[in-house]
Amino acid sequence: MLAFKLAFKNIMGAGLRTFLNIAVLSFAFVIIIWHNGVIDGWNQQARKDTTEWEIGQGQVWHPDFDPLDFLSYQDAHAPLSEALQSEVATGSLTPILIAQASAFPQGRMQGVVLRGIDPQQKILKIPAHLLEREDIKTPALIGKRMAQSLKLEEGDPLLLRWRDKNGAFDAVEITIVGVFDANVPTIDGGQIWLPLQRLQDMTGLPGEATLLVADESFTPSELSPWVFRSQGYLLSDLNAIIQSKKGSGAVLYGLMLIIALLAIFDTQVLSIFRRQKEIGTYIALGMTRRQVVGIFTVEGSTYSILAVLLGALYGTPLLFWLAKTGWAMPAASTDMGISIADRIYPVYGAGLVFGTVALMVIAATMVSYLPARKIARLNPTDAIKGKIQ
Amino acid sequence: METIIHIDKLIKRFPAGNGFFTALNNVSLQFGKGEFTGLVGPSGSGKTTLLNIIGSLDAPTEGEVTVLGQSIAHLTHKESAQLRNQSLGFIFQTYNLFPVYTVFENVEFALLLRRMPAVERRKAVLEALEWVGLSDKAHSKPAQLSGGESQRVAIARAMVKKPALVLADEPTANLDSKNSHNILQTMQRLNEELQTTFLFATHDEKVMNYLRRIISLEDGRVVKDERFVHTKI
Repeated sequence: MLAFKLAFKNIMGAGLRTFLNIAVLSFAFVIIIWHNGVIDGWNQQARKDTTEWEIGQGQVWHPDFDPLDFLSYQDAHAPLSEALQSEVATGSLTPILIAQASAFPQGRMQGVVLRGIDPQQKILKIPAHLLEREDIKTPALIGKRMAQSLKLEEGDPLLLRWRDKNGAFDAVEITIVGVFDANVPTIDGGQIWLPLQRLQDMTGLPGEATLLVADESFTPSELSPWVFRSQGYLLSDLNAIIQSKKGSGAVLYGLMLIIALLAIFDTQVLSIFRRQKEIGTYIALGMTRRQVVGIFTVEGSTYSILAVLLGALYGTPLLFWLAKTGWAMPAASTDMGISIADRIYPVYGAGLVFGTVALMVIAATMVSYLPARKIARLNPTDAIKGKIQ
Repeated sequence: METIIHIDKLIKRFPAGNGFFTALNNVSLQFGKGEFTGLVGPSGSGKTTLLNIIGSLDAPTEGEVTVLGQSIAHLTHKESAQLRNQSLGFIFQTYNLFPVYTVFENVEFALLLRRMPAVERRKAVLEALEWVGLSDKAHSKPAQLSGGESQRVAIARAMVKKPALVLADEPTANLDSKNSHNILQTMQRLNEELQTTFLFATHDEKVMNYLRRIISLEDGRVVKDERFVHTKI
């Protein structure tokens, strides 16, 4: 308690130097929380969007299906087993058929992936109900990115060419009946969504699917040869990307923290030499060396505690405001190939805030202890006279 | 008279170049309770070194130094800190006040280390400031004080815990004549009223006039030990 009292008096007495240290440290504190909050917010949004728009609560894959290998699409389809059909009937699974095709927008040719989806499905957020158009032979849905890429709008026709199950080319003109706005690029870029039955007819694969998307009521059982992929498995790539972003972010805030801690370290080292008479006097008045080290170490910790308080003072309204208004992503972020919303809303969990506070206090205590340890070796008679170089 | 400091064949050497410099050479002395004694001599004669050893800020190389019954050579860091805190007061040439503390807080510091209750502490500090005539400066910072006032704060800080022994190293060296006499009269009065032993290291003639015992040192040896029944002032 005495060390805290003395340390507080000493750092308050240091005036502007104390304020500068605290300001730099508090800035690092707020930035670290904000940056991690953005990553966590992105993580939450990306997981939520990916779950709602693409993977549901897991998927049942045809054994030959590999989402990263387009060539696998040709053979990765099969009629649904009775067990799968009954799950589809109850609405806990919805089948999707995937096929490769070429589109010809404005006379150009572009490779696309056709995805057949049940217009009545309720598992994914894709507005499949828009495909229920009896007046249009082949209605199609595309995402915003795809619409921009092919320069298409609602109501536009588009020529498609594909191979049926026998390898024979066929072509049809489809009509864009809706453009959806999703943050998940894997269901948007290069993808054209058609009514499932229509795609089955086009490819000559009636009753067949490539994968089925599950909702929370689906319980995986014996599905052989189909394979169940859990939500965790399907999100693993996204998690890996977010972790790598977090890692690179850690370098940024690590550097900020080091700069702030260097300020404290520098102050404490300077203090030893500038305040050596004071240190010698502490010892002459009856302080043990350990108590002197304690004062200087606590001084460093107090810097960090004051920085946390100052950071809380201006950081709390600032961070809440940012959490409310979000952080607009640049237009180019839509081309990154991973799920990023137009605006990311930072999320500040208790773990993040308290973890950052603990990190600051521990780091500041350590960098204060190191120079303070040197004090313990000072000769008090030289210190009293200010003779130590 | 009760002996509170016993020094027997004290030798203190410091490393110097490839050899050693002998600061104190075979010094044997005794000091009684309530003495007002000065160690005098030219620079380098060993008076500050002797004061530091008595104050347990330094240790003897050879010989025995006993202060208030405790052998300085055998004290641990913690024990010597306790000795200084409980029984010794220090007054330095450059005052060594803590710049960020007020006068009151500077004087209070020694009592904080003793974990004295706040009410008693306040009473003791105000009493000590009254001894040195600085009650009206309790809330001033050291930077706002004159040299004489600063040294009086240092005396109050040394005296507030009513130590058995006060060690003063050149306490008047930075003061003018008027302030020096003022300070010395204050210390003389406290010595008489509280029976505190004062031990000075000085080569200031003004100080010598107040002393009742003068020990002259030269090249680390005691060359003269004089006692006076009455001081010159």
